[in-house]
Amino acid sequence: MTPILSVRQVAKRYGQRYGCREVSFDLYPGEVLCIVGESGSGKSTLLSTLAGKLAADEGEVTFRDVNGTEHDLLTLAEADRRRLARTEWGFVTQHARDGLRMNVSAGANVSERLMALGQRHYGELRATAGEWLEKVEISAERLDDRPSQFSGGMQQRLQIARNLVTKPRLVFMDEPTGGLDVSVQARFLDLLRRLVHETGIAVIMVTHDLGVARLLAHRTLVMQQGRVVEAGLTDQILDDPQHPYTQLLVSSILQA
Amino acid sequence: MNIEYNYGFLDENTKRMLRRGLLKAVAIPGYQVPFGSREMPLPYGWGTGGIQVTASIIGSDDTLKVIDQGADDTTNAVNIRRFFGRVAEVATTEKTSEATVIQTRHRIPETALKSGQIMVFQVPEPEPLRTLEASEVETRQLHAHQEYGLMHVKLYEDIARYGHIATSYDYPVMVNGRYLTSPSPIPKFDNPKLHQSPALLLFGAGREKRLYAIPPYTDVESLAFDDHPFDVQTWDSHCALCGSTESYLDEIITDDAGSRMFVCSDTDYCATHQQEAKQ
Amino acid sequence: MTTLLIDAQNVSKTFVLHQQDGLALPVLDDVSLQVAVGECVALVGPSGAGKSTFLKALYANYLVQAGTIGIFHREGWVDMVAALPHQIVEVRRHTLGYVSQFLRVIPRVSALDIVAEPLVEWGESLEAARTVAGTWLARLNIHERLWSLPPATFSGGEQQRVNIARGMIAPRPILLLDEPTASLDAANRAVVIELMREAKARGAALVGIFHDEATRDTVADRLFTVPLARRLDTAKELTA
Repeated sequence: MTPILSVRQVAKRYGQRYGCREVSFDLYPGEVLCIVGESGSGKSTLLSTLAGKLAADEGEVTFRDVNGTEHDLLTLAEADRRRLARTEWGFVTQHARDGLRMNVSAGANVSERLMALGQRHYGELRATAGEWLEKVEISAERLDDRPSQFSGGMQQRLQIARNLVTKPRLVFMDEPTGGLDVSVQARFLDLLRRLVHETGIAVIMVTHDLGVARLLAHRTLVMQQGRVVEAGLTDQILDDPQHPYTQLLVSSILQA
Repeated sequence: MNIEYNYGFLDENTKRMLRRGLLKAVAIPGYQVPFGSREMPLPYGWGTGGIQVTASIIGSDDTLKVIDQGADDTTNAVNIRRFFGRVAEVATTEKTSEATVIQTRHRIPETALKSGQIMVFQVPEPEPLRTLEASEVETRQLHAHQEYGLMHVKLYEDIARYGHIATSYDYPVMVNGRYLTSPSPIPKFDNPKLHQSPALLLFGAGREKRLYAIPPYTDVESLAFDDHPFDVQTWDSHCALCGSTESYLDEIITDDAGSRMFVCSDTDYCATHQQEAKQ
Repeated sequence: MTTLLIDAQNVSKTFVLHQQDGLALPVLDDVSLQVAVGECVALVGPSGAGKSTFLKALYANYLVQAGTIGIFHREGWVDMVAALPHQIVEVRRHTLGYVSQFLRVIPRVSALDIVAEPLVEWGESLEAARTVAGTWLARLNIHERLWSLPPATFSGGEQQRVNIARGMIAPRPILLLDEPTASLDAANRAVVIELMREAKARGAALVGIFHDEATRDTVADRLFTVPLARRLDTAKELTA
């Protein structure tokens, strides 16, 4: 099996200071990778750099598309990057207002990517949007409602539908459960687990919640001060942490 | 006090800047070219963009027609016509067929345009994506990468809310298969006239400082869905004055009791039609 | 010649507790174990000797510092010590099952779906997997009215039985069992023993820790004493 994403010695600088540095890993199709660490550890910087939203200063990031063609994301032309972002990637943000169009209906939110890819049949777009709302456990009757009328959990689920509708192969998620109540979060995580399994997408998710990582991620990177201090199978990292910082992090989890 | 103005009101350097911008606009149909919009002797929103375009292309052998909502006799049209009569010493007309330059707000004349004529459109908002995307940086990127899914989001919303595409004026078009373009706030009734027009169509947005153009015989396609194709307004009645069933009609309330009538918005067309009917 | 499914050689494991000034606790020292098709090995030894650590090392849940842990996966051997994470995930999905004492609850998912999930991952349709899951839950005496509920609110014994069903429903060639009968009553213990026998009968290799000697003697073909690492004295001093 060849990796979908290969990351080698990636660094992002803010002036003299490193946001993240010396990050290397491979991500395989269908794999869920969590990046954990406390605020300011560089995990969101890393995610944005990998997704091409920030320009990396060092290293190499290679993405293999559905045809097996390799793209060097650090030198990729903006037009190609945007094309990949439309077809092969998704991005789910912590705040729904950053990832959704709040003044247009749920149906239009879900259909936007399809329309960007050239679908021009209203009836079919609407039917597809309705199916996806049901998939993320929102009644298709809410198709014409705006996201501003939705609860926080529904907005996050709508973001998922909006991203997955074009069947991307790699989805970036930045603290997608960050603003949700615990009960709402459980439902969201369960849904995500199921969709990841059904669609076989690879996911890179930033979270500060080790419980989220335990539930979703095959693999986890632990970041501290911009560097990956430990990487491996999620259950191994949580049950047998090696690095002093990981041991501290794991021992700090509240037991319910 | 008698002030001497340069020919066409604008100084020659400004006119040259505008002409350069217009040449670029013609070379890249539908592309918005920035320009240094000048203070004009009327406020933004009254046609400053159109007036600057007209001023930069007009010559003393031109014949100018100015319409506002199709009418030659509204205040704005009368004033602009008189303005150019004074600063450019041009002949003016109300006849579409006699004009070489037609400055317009919100309509394209019913009488078919001819090769050699120039239409100048006054444009309040040149960016068709603006209501959906507030960032100019982002909309420029979207144009650059021809990412126009967003425009269909608006049409989708129309159908979802009203059952049909309810956008009835400033209806977005694709120019030359490349640039998404605002046709200015003309009714969608006039959109088909843009396609393969024999006349040169120039657009000026004074407040937003943009020029763009649709050269003669350019493909102009109104956006639509496969199952909701583009169509134009139709009326059950005909013009109460000339009897036309083919022109764009305005609804006029005639008294306090709610009586109403429909008349042509194009006053020249209506008058000509009435004349023909008498003969 | 018997066919091996597990071949662990010279496994050593030391815990380093950085929060206690880098205290090093060697737990496994040069441990080797081979398990064949259809064989059940019970790990024995005093409490704290490293039975559980060894079992978790076999599952690659714990990292080891030395040695190799061979797992026969599909057509060949995979060394769990050197394998990449996605390979380990693959080995666990198809070859290596683990039944722990405690159910790590997945919020909101029904007991039936929790049990059915491994089969769905094997490619079964959800409907077919649910039908099989139902027979497992019934066999383990989980009342049908509980099937549609998330097990978070179940009793300890019920949760453990859901966990056993989930861990054993996919006929994986190797099963690791960490006190699978610890909090079960006699009737349910008998069911679990029966399930383990059936697994052996289909050729599975079992490695288990059994608190209860009667259960151990019923299912185990062989006892394996996890040797004490040469550290016990220091560790005792430190924990005293």
